[in-house]
Amino acid sequence: MAGTSQIVIDQVSHTYRPPRGREVLALQDVSLEVRGQEFIALLGPSGCGKSTLLYLVGGFLPATLGTIRVDGKPVSGPGPDRGIVFQHFALFPWKTVRANVLYGLEKLGLPRAERERRAQAFIDLVGLHGFEESYPSHLSGGMKQRAAIARTLAIDPEILLMDEPFGALDAQTRSLMQSELLGIWQRSPKTVIFVTHDVQEAVYLAERVVVMSARPGHVKAIVDTRFGCSDPSVFKSKAFVDKVDEIWGLVRDEALKAQGNQSP
Amino acid sequence: MKAALVRYAPLLILAAAWEAAVRSGVVSELVLPSLTDVVSAWVKLLRGGDLWLNTAASLYRTGAGLLLAIAVGGVLGITMAWWRPVNALASPLVEMLYPMPKSALIPVTALWLGFGDGSKILLIFLGCMLPVTLGAFNGARASDQALVWSSRSMGASRLRVLWDVVLPSALPEIMNGVRTALALSFVLLVSSELIAARSGLGYLIGFLGEGGVYDAMFAVVLTVAFLGFFADRVYQRLERRVLRWRE
Repeated sequence: MAGTSQIVIDQVSHTYRPPRGREVLALQDVSLEVRGQEFIALLGPSGCGKSTLLYLVGGFLPATLGTIRVDGKPVSGPGPDRGIVFQHFALFPWKTVRANVLYGLEKLGLPRAERERRAQAFIDLVGLHGFEESYPSHLSGGMKQRAAIARTLAIDPEILLMDEPFGALDAQTRSLMQSELLGIWQRSPKTVIFVTHDVQEAVYLAERVVVMSARPGHVKAIVDTRFGCSDPSVFKSKAFVDKVDEIWGLVRDEALKAQGNQSP
Repeated sequence: MKAALVRYAPLLILAAAWEAAVRSGVVSELVLPSLTDVVSAWVKLLRGGDLWLNTAASLYRTGAGLLLAIAVGGVLGITMAWWRPVNALASPLVEMLYPMPKSALIPVTALWLGFGDGSKILLIFLGCMLPVTLGAFNGARASDQALVWSSRSMGASRLRVLWDVVLPSALPEIMNGVRTALALSFVLLVSSELIAARSGLGYLIGFLGEGGVYDAMFAVVLTVAFLGFFADRVYQRLERRVLRWRE
């Protein structure tokens, strides 16, 4: 499917009503196409609706207007073709690392031996060998996110939705996880939509960065950010720094607007 | 062994003080039989078989009432948290019944189901269901959206999510509710057996008391106290085991 649009977001709007209060327009007229096996980042100030857009693609929330198609079929609910990784890991706290990874494999209905083999392979892949029987509460933030990524990768979704997955990690762990994610993606390419508010992270990881406006969110600009290099030394190269500056300029205006929105 | 000795030292001191107070005549034997008399009455009751039969009757009633309360209360609480219509229908009832002293229902359940097991089981079920319901409701409502969505995205149906995610998320609160219910069940058991029964530990206490056999009566009162204590201890162990992932 490489080269063709796998995800088509067509003039999508989303409104929601908080428990007390008026309706909020979170997304307005968003259109975006994502190619198969492409890595794109959704970047924008907090509250711009970038996570909401991800949840719409995931099928967790309904689009108020417009349609989202995945492989030509309109999204009507969540499914194992679209795996998701959340900022706060969302591991089942009552299950061990192994049981967490096995959960999705059981839902797929794979035979037992195959489940066990695949779970172990993905636990090893993310470097959690030896922690199979640990409960999430005994793991560090980075290890929890590794386990969550293993759980999602194990069911082999074509599309990987990542909602600020490294946002809750310390700086060292984050940069480690970024290059590991790139390595995994290069070895077994998937379509990735990666939500972040970190410009460097977006430029480093993604092939294209979608800059979103302050609320109501819409697509402000799409910037090509391919460097053909996943070496962390890329951070220091002129091309990289210029690209970060360019996107920073776009995001800064929106961040200021978002702050203005919050004051009464 | 030594730790246990220290832990239960207050009980031993109390027992010694009891024996001393009665033996020295500070407290009349008519009010409080001596501990040694109570213990020998207890042994006699055990040998005679009465205590066994009545304990069995009581445990059956508490067990059945509690199990029903846990099953129905758990399901009710989770469905109330998950479906608005169920909540709208059930929550006024729950709120109204919660502060009501359940012992007021003793004559009602006796009227409906007579003096046998049924009326006790119904009473314990009604009284113990609410703490479990509230625990399940609060626990289920607090279950993490991201966990529910993770489960859905890995292929669980809406209904299946209740079992896979909502129930385990609510389990700590449910187990808390069950502990309250466990204590409450003993209160309801003994009081209903005192008032309207022909068997059971509460009945035995009332029967021996009316007959003036105070040492035996005290023996049964102590039996009830120890059963309650023991049940709570066993329950706490179970709770720690079931929720060991939280440590």
